[in-house]
Amino acid sequence: MICVEGIDGSGKSTQLLLLERWLRSRGYPVHFTEWNSSRLVRRSMQRGKKKNLLTPTTFSLLHAVDFADRLTYQILPPLKAGMIVLADRYVYTAFARDVARGVHPDWVRAVYSPALRPDLTLYFRVPIDISLERLLSGRAKLKYHEAGMDVGLSADPVESFRIFQSRVLEIYDQLTLEFGMRPIDATAEIPDQQRVIRTMVQEILRNYDRNRANGKNGVTSHSC
Amino acid sequence: MASHPTHAKSWYGHGMPYLTKKRLPGHLIAIEGTDGVGRSAQIELLRPWLELEGYAVSNTGWTRSPLLSETINEAKAGHRLTVTTFSLLYAADFADRLEHEILPALQAGFIVIADRYMYTAFARNSVMGADPNWTREVFGMALVPDLVLYLDIDVESLIPRVIMGKGMDYWESGMHLALGIDLFDSFERYQGRLIDEYRRLSGEFGFVSVDARLPIEELQGELRKHIAEYLSGANDRSRRDSADSRASTRKE
Repeated sequence: MICVEGIDGSGKSTQLLLLERWLRSRGYPVHFTEWNSSRLVRRSMQRGKKKNLLTPTTFSLLHAVDFADRLTYQILPPLKAGMIVLADRYVYTAFARDVARGVHPDWVRAVYSPALRPDLTLYFRVPIDISLERLLSGRAKLKYHEAGMDVGLSADPVESFRIFQSRVLEIYDQLTLEFGMRPIDATAEIPDQQRVIRTMVQEILRNYDRNRANGKNGVTSHSC
Repeated sequence: MASHPTHAKSWYGHGMPYLTKKRLPGHLIAIEGTDGVGRSAQIELLRPWLELEGYAVSNTGWTRSPLLSETINEAKAGHRLTVTTFSLLYAADFADRLEHEILPALQAGFIVIADRYMYTAFARNSVMGADPNWTREVFGMALVPDLVLYLDIDVESLIPRVIMGKGMDYWESGMHLALGIDLFDSFERYQGRLIDEYRRLSGEFGFVSVDARLPIEELQGELRKHIAEYLSGANDRSRRDSADSRASTRKE
């Protein structure tokens, strides 16, 4: 179980994609899963976001429903089959973002306690200005929730993004120690980052047995 | 005579730390009891009575939030959820109603009658095999009701009521748990376990238990008696509090 964490615009999805390509080319059985992607809560999430019905608590719980559903269908079965699961964002996203929105840190940890602890978590550290630059050059507008506009920090999306994501960054930094996430310098050149990541992944895969993907052994990940 | 709690409002766990601490002068009354025990019929009779007594009343029911009711119905139709996912879905529905219906009404001084409250999740999750401590931690964001009225019934008395009412339904019979080969057996076992669990919770959380086998009017009389007792205690308390605060203002 390998996951990537970091604020929006940190480049984590790009790096995970490159990692996936590499693992597949070397014959590893890989399954990819992404934060907030289950069909189950899509409609509630859309309605909540569009009509601005979401509070910090319901925002958090809807993501937890999405996670629990993906844990059942996307994460546990491939792990039990001995595959490598790549997750774009994991529980640490909730621990950082939901707490920045105002829920209690112990509460959100309890909500996600059914989760497994990943074998490797890569944390893409990036200064706010660089992430903003990347996001604004890619698309015209910042998304409402990504900028933390729902928290009411500023009426200006860019300013709101700056304040909100700074809080998120600060919490991520604390989580790095608490959960042993491996920091990656997300300002480095893309191929350089990928080289560092592949070395780390190679390390955790040293004892990986491809035959396990035939279902001969159980899960090795332990609970959070 | 049952003793009713007269403490000020409190949160079950960590609550919602981002909410500003506003006064909640209203009253939160939860009606608990298993499926088909007659909760909604009783609530329908309570409302006009309370309004005649001069109280403004707001109702709220399980899985009725605008944010999630559709998703919950779809999920049930698809039969694809684990108990963990279900619990979180119900918790989200609950939180949505708490923040958008219950708390604003309490702030405005209404009596809120909740048709089921977090204890229903505690009972169901535990029967379905979820870790009870986990369920309770998830519901740590909940406000503790001022009064919980529990409509108690045994499964033998419940069965004819449900059959003559809307009939045995797939979920209320616990068919998703595969407890029995037919609907009746499954209903009997599932509801029996739920009722055991509610009774245990009743002791733990100090529910006021009323005998739901009574005829409708008599049961309504019992409920009104307990609510009136609670309200008169609460009113005495708030008169005392305001007298105290007037006295202290005079001293200054």
